[in-house]
Amino acid sequence: MIPEIGNLALAFGLALALIQFVVPLVGIATHRWRLAIIAKPAAIGQFFFVCLAFVCLAYSFYANDFSVAYVASNSNRSLPVAYRIGATWGGHEGSLLLWVFMLSSWTLAVALLSKSLPALTRTRVLSVLGFVSVGFLIFILFTSNPFDRLLPVFPVDGSDLNPLLQDPGMVFHPPLLYMGYVGFSVAFAFALAALLEGRIDTLWARWVRPWTQAAWMFMTLGIAAGSWWAYYELGWGGWWFWDPVENASFMPWLLGTALLHSLAATEKRGVFKAWTTLLAIAAFSFCLLGTFLVRSGVLTSVHAFANDPVRGTYILVFLGVTVGASLILFAVRGSKVSVTSWYNLLSRELLFLINNLILAVVTIMILLGTLQPIIADFFNLGKVSVGPPYFNTVFNILMAPLIFLVGLGPIVNWRKYEYSELVKRTRLSLLASIVVGLLVAVLADDKIFTDRLQLFVGAFLIVWVLVLNIVDWWKKAAKKNRNPLLGLFSISPSFLGMYFAHIGLAIVVFGVVFSSHLSIEKNLRLGIGQTQEVAGYEFYFEKISDVVGPNYDAIRGHFIVKQDGENVAILHPEKRQYRVSGQWMTEAGIDANLARDLYVAMGEKIPESNDWAVRIYVKPFVSCLWLGSILMGIGGLLAMTDKRYRAKVKQKLGISDDAVVSGAA
Amino acid sequence: MSESGQDNSSQNKSDQNRQLLFLLPLLLFVAMAVLLATGLGKDPTELDSQLIGKSIPGFQKTLLFSPNKTISEKELQGPALINVFASWCPACYTEHPYLMQLAQSKAVKIYGLNYKDKRDKGQKFVNDLGNPYDLILFDDNGRLGIDMGVYGAPETFVINSDNQIVYRHVGIVNLDVWQNILRPRMFANQEGSASKSTGQAAK
Repeated sequence: MIPEIGNLALAFGLALALIQFVVPLVGIATHRWRLAIIAKPAAIGQFFFVCLAFVCLAYSFYANDFSVAYVASNSNRSLPVAYRIGATWGGHEGSLLLWVFMLSSWTLAVALLSKSLPALTRTRVLSVLGFVSVGFLIFILFTSNPFDRLLPVFPVDGSDLNPLLQDPGMVFHPPLLYMGYVGFSVAFAFALAALLEGRIDTLWARWVRPWTQAAWMFMTLGIAAGSWWAYYELGWGGWWFWDPVENASFMPWLLGTALLHSLAATEKRGVFKAWTTLLAIAAFSFCLLGTFLVRSGVLTSVHAFANDPVRGTYILVFLGVTVGASLILFAVRGSKVSVTSWYNLLSRELLFLINNLILAVVTIMILLGTLQPIIADFFNLGKVSVGPPYFNTVFNILMAPLIFLVGLGPIVNWRKYEYSELVKRTRLSLLASIVVGLLVAVLADDKIFTDRLQLFVGAFLIVWVLVLNIVDWWKKAAKKNRNPLLGLFSISPSFLGMYFAHIGLAIVVFGVVFSSHLSIEKNLRLGIGQTQEVAGYEFYFEKISDVVGPNYDAIRGHFIVKQDGENVAILHPEKRQYRVSGQWMTEAGIDANLARDLYVAMGEKIPESNDWAVRIYVKPFVSCLWLGSILMGIGGLLAMTDKRYRAKVKQKLGISDDAVVSGAA
Repeated sequence: MSESGQDNSSQNKSDQNRQLLFLLPLLLFVAMAVLLATGLGKDPTELDSQLIGKSIPGFQKTLLFSPNKTISEKELQGPALINVFASWCPACYTEHPYLMQLAQSKAVKIYGLNYKDKRDKGQKFVNDLGNPYDLILFDDNGRLGIDMGVYGAPETFVINSDNQIVYRHVGIVNLDVWQNILRPRMFANQEGSASKSTGQAAK
C-alpha cells in the first residue's frame, strides 16, 4: 500500500512540475497574469508530493518491505535502523529520488523566500526549476522507479546494503553533496530568467548571490565529508583519488567558486555580466554532466551505479536539451548585454578575471582528464587513462598562482589601485612568506629538490594568504571598533564570510602540503605482542579479538601507541566480514588531533604464523583538511546572512529601477 | 579595459565577432555531447576486441628492480597472469595480499606491470607488501599499457600457454575471481587436456 502511495505521489509531483513549467510561460507570453501566478502554488504542491514519495520510500526501508525491488536489493533485516534509512539513497533509484527531493526543496525555498523579487523574474525562475524537475521525475518514473514491486514472489530477506556504504558517512555525505549539486539549479534558473528578460544588473546579482553561496557551502561540506569518508573507510590513508566521480563533484565546485567571485564583480561594479550568466549555466551543466557520468556506465569508478544504456541515453538527451537550449539562449541574448563600466589594469576586477580564467581552465583540464578514456577511444587510441600524476601536475601548477591572488584580492580596490600602494602593503608579508618558505624547504629532512620546491611554494602561499587576509581583517575591524579584537566580528557578514573562506582555504592547503610531504607510511608484517616504532611512536600489537556486529563478524586488533613511554592512544582497527554478501571490509583505527593522525589498518593474516600484514601511518596535519573545509563552509554561511540580500526593494512586475542600479557601487 | 565597443565605424564587425564568441560555448558543448554519445553503450571494462587471441604486443622494458636490464615479450611464457599495479592505486593495496597467497600456492605464474609509477615508489610498494611476481616490468610512460589496452589499475590479463591474451579483468583479483573467471579462461584453449591442467593448477 505505502509503495503505491509513493508511486502515485511521484505521478502527482510530475503533473504539478509540468504545470509549474508550462503554464506560467504561456501566461507570460499571452499576458494573462492569472496563469503566470500559478507557479508558486504548483511549486508548493510539487514539494509536498515529492516529499511524500520520499517519506514512503524511507518508510518501506524502515518497515523491511522486501516486496519492493529496490528495498530488497539494498537492505536487510539485520541492518541497523540508521543505515536502513541511509540506504534510501544507497542505490541509483533512491539517490535520484533524493536529487528530486532536494530540487523541490530548493524550489520551495525560492517560492517562499523571493517576495522581494519582481513577480516576472520569480515566475520565470520557478518555471525553469519546474522544467528541471519534470526531466528528473520522468527519468525516475519511466526508467528508475524505486517503487517497482517484486510480485507475486518476493524474497524473505534483502541482499543487504553495499558494506562500503554502511557507515555514518553515508548518512550525511550524499545529502550534503546533493544539496550543493542541486542548489546550483537556482543560480542556473536565475541566469536563464535574466537572459529571457534581457536584463542583467546589480540587483539581479544581489538576488543570485545568497543562493549561490548556499549551494557552494553545501557542496564544500559535501565534498569534504566524502573525502573524510574515503580516508577512514578505504583503509588506505588517501583522501583524494581523482576518481571520475570525485572529479564530477569537484568541477561544479570550481565553477561555483568562480561564479561566487564573478557575481561579486557583477553586483559591485556591473562588469562580467554575460560571463556570469555563462558560469551559472556551466556550473549547473557540470552537475548534470556528473549525474550522467555516474549513472551511464561510460566510465569506470568506485562510485558508479549499475550500468544501463537506456538510463545513459535518457540523461544525455535531457542534458542535451537543457544545456543546449540554455547555451542557444545565451548565444542569442548574451551578446546583447552591454557593459558600461570600466576598470584599470590593476584593480579587483582584473584579479577576479584572472581568478575566473584559472578556475575555468582547471575545470577544463580536469574534464579532459576525466573524459580522456572516451576521447582516446573515439580517436581509436585504445582505452587509456591518465591517472593521478596528470591531475596532480596540472592542478598544482595552475592553482598556485590562484592562491597567490587570494592574498591580494581583499587588498586591491575595485576600479583601480596604485602599484606603489600595493608594494607598500604587501612587502612585509612577501618577506615573511619567503623567509618561512625557505626555512621549511631547508629544514625538511632528506628531501629531493622537487619536494623542497613544493614545500617552499606551499609554505610561501600559506603564509602569504593568512597574513594578508588576517591583517586586512584586522584593519577593517579597527575601523569598526576602537578595540580591533572586538571589531573582528562586527564587520559586515559578507567580508567576514570572505575571510573565513580564504583562511579556511589556506588551512586546507596547509593540510594538503604537509600531510603529503611529511607522512610516514609503513606497510609491514607484525606479530601479536610485537612493537614497531614509526616516527617516534611505538605501536604495540597487543592482541586480537572477535567481535560480533549486527550484520557482520569482525576481527579486531588492539594496538597501544606510546610516545616516550606514555600511552597516547589505543587503536582498534577491524576486518569485518558482512554475513549476507560475504564481503570483507577494512575499518581503520584512527586517533586524530590537529597536529597528526595515527592510523592503523589491518591487512591479511600471514598463513601459518601469528603475524598480520599491518599498515601503520603517522600523518601530520590531516585534520587541517577537514577543519579548513568547515571554515570555508562557515564562510559561505556568513556571507549568505548579509542583510542587504534581504532588504526590501520596491519593484513591480519586473520594471527595472535604474536608480537602484546606478546607485550601488 | 572597457568591454563595450566605443568605436562606431567598426561596430558592425565587432558585433559579428562578438556573436561568434557567444556561440562558442554551444559549439564546445555539442562536440562534447557527441563524444559522450559515442561512449554510451560501450562497456568501459571490456577488452578491445582486436586484442583477444592476439599475442602479447612487442615491447622493450626495463625491470622494476634492475633499471639496466631490458627484456622483451619473448621472455614471458604463459600460462600466466600479467597484473597491472601502481603505488597510486588504492585498490592495488587491497588486492596485493591475495596475489601473495596465489603466488605462494604456486598455482600460477604472475608477471607484474608497474604502470605509470615512479621507480622508487613502485619498489617501495613491492618491498612493503611483498613480491608475488616472477618478474616486474617497469612501464613508467604507460606505453606498454596503451598497447595492451590498459584502462587503469588494478587490471589483470590472462595469458594462455601460446602466449596469447585471452582475457582482461578490470578490478581486484580475489579467490572468487581467480577460481571462477581467470583460471577457467587460462586453460580454455586446451579443452582436451583441461582436467590435467586444472588438476596441476590445483596442486
